[in-house]
Amino acid sequence: MNAILGLYNYWIVIFLMMTGFYIVIARRNLVKKVIGLNIFQISVFLLYITMGKIEGGTAPILEAQNFTTGEEFQVYSNPLTSVLILTAIVVGVATTALALALIVRIQEAYGTIEEDEILERDLEM
Amino acid sequence: MERHLPILPIIVPLMAAPLCLLIRQRTLVFGFALGVCWATFAMVAVLFMHVVYADTGDAASPVATVITYELGGWATPWGIEYRIDTLSVFVLLIVSGIGAVVLSYAPRSISREIHCDQHYLFCSAYLLCLTGLLGITITGDLFNLFVFLEISALSSYSLISLGARQSRKALTAAFQYLVMGTIGATFILIGIGLMYQMTGTLNMADMATRLDTVSGPRTVLVAFAFLSVGICLKVALFPLHAWLPGAYAYAPSVVTAFLAATATKVSVYILLRIIFTIFKPGFAFESLSFDTGLMVLSLVGITVASTVAIFQTNIKRMLAYSSVAQIGYIVLGISFASVTGLTAGIVHVLNHAVIKSGLFLAMGCIALRIGSVELDDLRGVGRRMPVTMFAWVLGGLGLIGVPLTAGFISKWYLIGAALESGCRLVAVLVLLNSLLALVYVWRVVEVAYFQEPPERHSQVTEAPLSMLIPTCVLIGASLFFGLNTSFSVDVARQAAEVLLGVTP
Repeated sequence: MNAILGLYNYWIVIFLMMTGFYIVIARRNLVKKVIGLNIFQISVFLLYITMGKIEGGTAPILEAQNFTTGEEFQVYSNPLTSVLILTAIVVGVATTALALALIVRIQEAYGTIEEDEILERDLEM
Repeated sequence: MERHLPILPIIVPLMAAPLCLLIRQRTLVFGFALGVCWATFAMVAVLFMHVVYADTGDAASPVATVITYELGGWATPWGIEYRIDTLSVFVLLIVSGIGAVVLSYAPRSISREIHCDQHYLFCSAYLLCLTGLLGITITGDLFNLFVFLEISALSSYSLISLGARQSRKALTAAFQYLVMGTIGATFILIGIGLMYQMTGTLNMADMATRLDTVSGPRTVLVAFAFLSVGICLKVALFPLHAWLPGAYAYAPSVVTAFLAATATKVSVYILLRIIFTIFKPGFAFESLSFDTGLMVLSLVGITVASTVAIFQTNIKRMLAYSSVAQIGYIVLGISFASVTGLTAGIVHVLNHAVIKSGLFLAMGCIALRIGSVELDDLRGVGRRMPVTMFAWVLGGLGLIGVPLTAGFISKWYLIGAALESGCRLVAVLVLLNSLLALVYVWRVVEVAYFQEPPERHSQVTEAPLSMLIPTCVLIGASLFFGLNTSFSVDVARQAAEVLLGVTP
């Protein structure tokens, strides 16, 4: 039971990862592929953020005090994973933007964004 | 200035890329980008002398050193470290050298293949791609490597899509590469995350000392699986090569020549770093038998890709399949995990980069004059464009591995490594596959030399000098490395010894 509930964050990551991966492979519509790619990437962002978090840990600010009790915090979460993922988010946004730009160009050139129809039109040539 | 030399090959092209967007004017942009590329090459050459010959100035007895540079002055395990050893400086030299030569060739070829409004964008994306590839090789930090990987990948997607003026298939090829490339990069990202979870560090050398591969949890295994699958996708190792033929066939000639010579080679570099620097061969090869997997995949890949190449009618596509096969040879060399095998793999990184970019540049000359790279349109081209076609044939001989060409040196060491580890069958397979290469090179030679040129090609003349010289430089280099191995093999051997931790 603990393997499921205690590690629920990792199960969310795996569920999202598989969903995204499935969409990328199974969908023939290019925009849907990009959406799948996004979900796939976001699952990795969650993986990183979740591994830096410690239960009861707070933001790593030195000499910070708990307002209600006045005690100093003893446990800190790791901020580095969040910082890393900030970079990965930027990369993800750039990838999505480039992918959408390519889809616009494909729509202009082929008049469709369905993979099957694109293949058909290439064969017609 | 001297102290900051390791970071300059990254900073200079990175800063120059946005400047290209500001300059905009076509000739100025090309002049500027060319200057930047050759300056980068010069800086890398200085680094090369420092690392390989260790400042002794004695070329006869190379002593390996490692140059490290702490970014922003932050101490190593915490800050990002740039770390240049023999292997990285060897790959750096290949990437920056090919980058400079190919860009010198670009202006004429580009003016036919890319709309003139987009030339400054081409230069900008080209410099960014160069930055990314150099960054991957120079950095000693795993997450920094991912960022550079994405910089080079994103710019190469847009470079490939510039081929859309020639054929709209370039757009779908670029999109397919984007999807596959992003999946590969995300797999690598997952692997890096799990590695960070296990070791608490991102510095590769630090990670190697902290990683407990013997009694550590299974997460290490999962991380290795994600990393290796992601990298093999980027390397285009069979059966993960599906993105490569389309991308190389429909990209502009210049882009194909640049990417074919550098992008997959840098991915091979990442594979070497992951296996030999972080996980160590003891874990990857002995306890996981990853070497057997690599050997089988590379041998199947060589055979299948060479066979498919024989049936292609588009020469660029044929050369792309041949690239998949040649990457198989490189990975095969790595899979022996011996000094000779690694030397063969690393030396073939250089030899194949030089040969294949030379071939693609020669193809670009033909595309400029004839406007097509279909086999049927190449009839009699050997008479109309003798120099270009002769260069192509010399490059083709290198692909086959005929003695006196660079390809022969690679195969010689590869077969030597196979016999050394007692795999006679592998040696035989390598030789048989060279015959397949002979078939697809011969098909082109036959059409180009033994068939009458069609009427409409009566006006076709030799390619302009600005394109012919870079092509001949690369093909000449491939012959040079076939005759004089003191540079290529010695440095590759030094790199292999550093990777395996053997002292000569």
